[in-house]
Amino acid sequence: MDIYLPIANLSVNALVMIALGAGVGLLSGMFGVGGGFLTTPLLIVYGIPPTVAAASAASQVTGASVSGVFAHFRRGGVDTRMGMVLVIGGVFGSLFGAWLFRLLQQWGQIDTTIAITYVLLLGSIGFMMLKEAVDAILIARGRRSAPARRRRHHPLVASLPFRTRFYASGLYISPLAPLLLGFFTGILTILLGVGGGFVLVPAMIYLLGMSTAVVVGTSLFQILFVTAAATLVHATTTKSVDIVLAGLLLIGSVVGAQVGARFAAKARPEYLRLALALMVLLVAGRIALGLGWRPDEIYTVELS
Amino acid sequence: MRAALLLAVAPLLMAQAKPLLVPDVSQREIDIAYSFSGAELLLFGAIIYPGGRTPTDTKGADVVVVVKGPTQSIVIREKEKVAGIWVNAGRLRYRSAPSFYAVASSRPLDELVDARTRAIYELGLDSLQLSPASAAPSDVQDRFTRGLVEQRVRAGLFYEAPHAVEISDGVLYRARVSIPARVPVGRFTAETFLVRDGRVLAVAVRDIDIRKKGFERFVAQAADRHEWLYGGAAVLLSVALGWGAGRLARR
Repeated sequence: MDIYLPIANLSVNALVMIALGAGVGLLSGMFGVGGGFLTTPLLIVYGIPPTVAAASAASQVTGASVSGVFAHFRRGGVDTRMGMVLVIGGVFGSLFGAWLFRLLQQWGQIDTTIAITYVLLLGSIGFMMLKEAVDAILIARGRRSAPARRRRHHPLVASLPFRTRFYASGLYISPLAPLLLGFFTGILTILLGVGGGFVLVPAMIYLLGMSTAVVVGTSLFQILFVTAAATLVHATTTKSVDIVLAGLLLIGSVVGAQVGARFAAKARPEYLRLALALMVLLVAGRIALGLGWRPDEIYTVELS
Repeated sequence: MRAALLLAVAPLLMAQAKPLLVPDVSQREIDIAYSFSGAELLLFGAIIYPGGRTPTDTKGADVVVVVKGPTQSIVIREKEKVAGIWVNAGRLRYRSAPSFYAVASSRPLDELVDARTRAIYELGLDSLQLSPASAAPSDVQDRFTRGLVEQRVRAGLFYEAPHAVEISDGVLYRARVSIPARVPVGRFTAETFLVRDGRVLAVAVRDIDIRKKGFERFVAQAADRHEWLYGGAAVLLSVALGWGAGRLARR
């Protein structure tokens, strides 16, 4: 069933796109991540221009995070104050990201930058998650004793001025720290089409020292607004949001996300994290290989 | 039909010393709608000889059909291995390169005309006249041009189809040219050349308009002219779908 994408200017098989969305949605429901880190590379492999892929994947992440945000709100798992600070940082980050995107596009280095950023981010976070998941499994099996509780937040964060109280997170820190964190993930959202949950969640736990009860809800809150902002930024600057493509991906992913969430309720969290870590490393490895292999296309053509 | 056609143009022919081409295309307009996956053009027409007499050795006459897409200003980038990874290193800008180029002929082009004639009429992928906007040594220019042609051939946007033109009785010709879904919208031209003894005797051109229609046109225009509304619509769509699925799943 071929369907023409009016912005990407090519036709794709609608069922493949829905299936792709469903697969990513399933994983995002299971692991609580947006899944943008899978959608963008897969779309590029399918032949969608990288810019359109990143711009349209962002709106898919918006859809995938909506129901999660509502669910966490009902449970009181969102620190709105912290969330707003992150969102403000994220909006500025996405504007800066759009500028960076254009600059890199002019230099012809956008694709390489996207690939290298993916490898570095996914590689390092994948290893961290793998180590953490393996430790958790060993502890659960009684082979190792649980480590001592970590320090509340990073000393650098504690040294920043203008300390404010974030009640829901149980924190008394400077809003500059989450602002910078939001800014950084906003850049990632524009460049890579990812929500940035896989960066936000560890950073909120290990750098800010937020209470774990509100970490996932607050990160989803930030992802919802920042991916929505990124979609707007892409729509007004690169003009490469393909609403038909986004719709197809969304139909698949919102259904997949619900199914995935049911799976997740039954599975053991440390094994889920292990599976996610392996998958993240797999994607990173594949992109890294792609950088080193002689590409099929030595020459690329772009409009100017 | 052939007789009728000849009769109709007969008065015109009396004064003509050279043969004349009467070309046509199956579609003057191609609409890109929701399930567009490319189009097939039928290019056909008649060769009219002076006095209405078909030469006895009809083998000598050949027809070449060239379909060109709108020209684009492009940048070609060349990847090189730097520190173990492949990155874009060189680049060359072209002010006008065809976005689509298909050439169909009744015999291979190098059997029909010499390289000079091919270059004049831009017949064949090795004879495209692409003018780089940036100054570069000619060997570099050639390398990039070859790279461009190679890339477009792989994407199905450039191709040569020798033997794709059929000529019946030395008078009627027809050729099929397929246009892939990835072509840009705009004005395409179909040029028909009548070739004999290594010389181009007649040229005729027809225009074909490829454009988006209906919903696709609406979306493309909205994205271009009302970017804020369009972006807002994309966000609303994703929020509504996500929220709706969540509601359904809770029940």
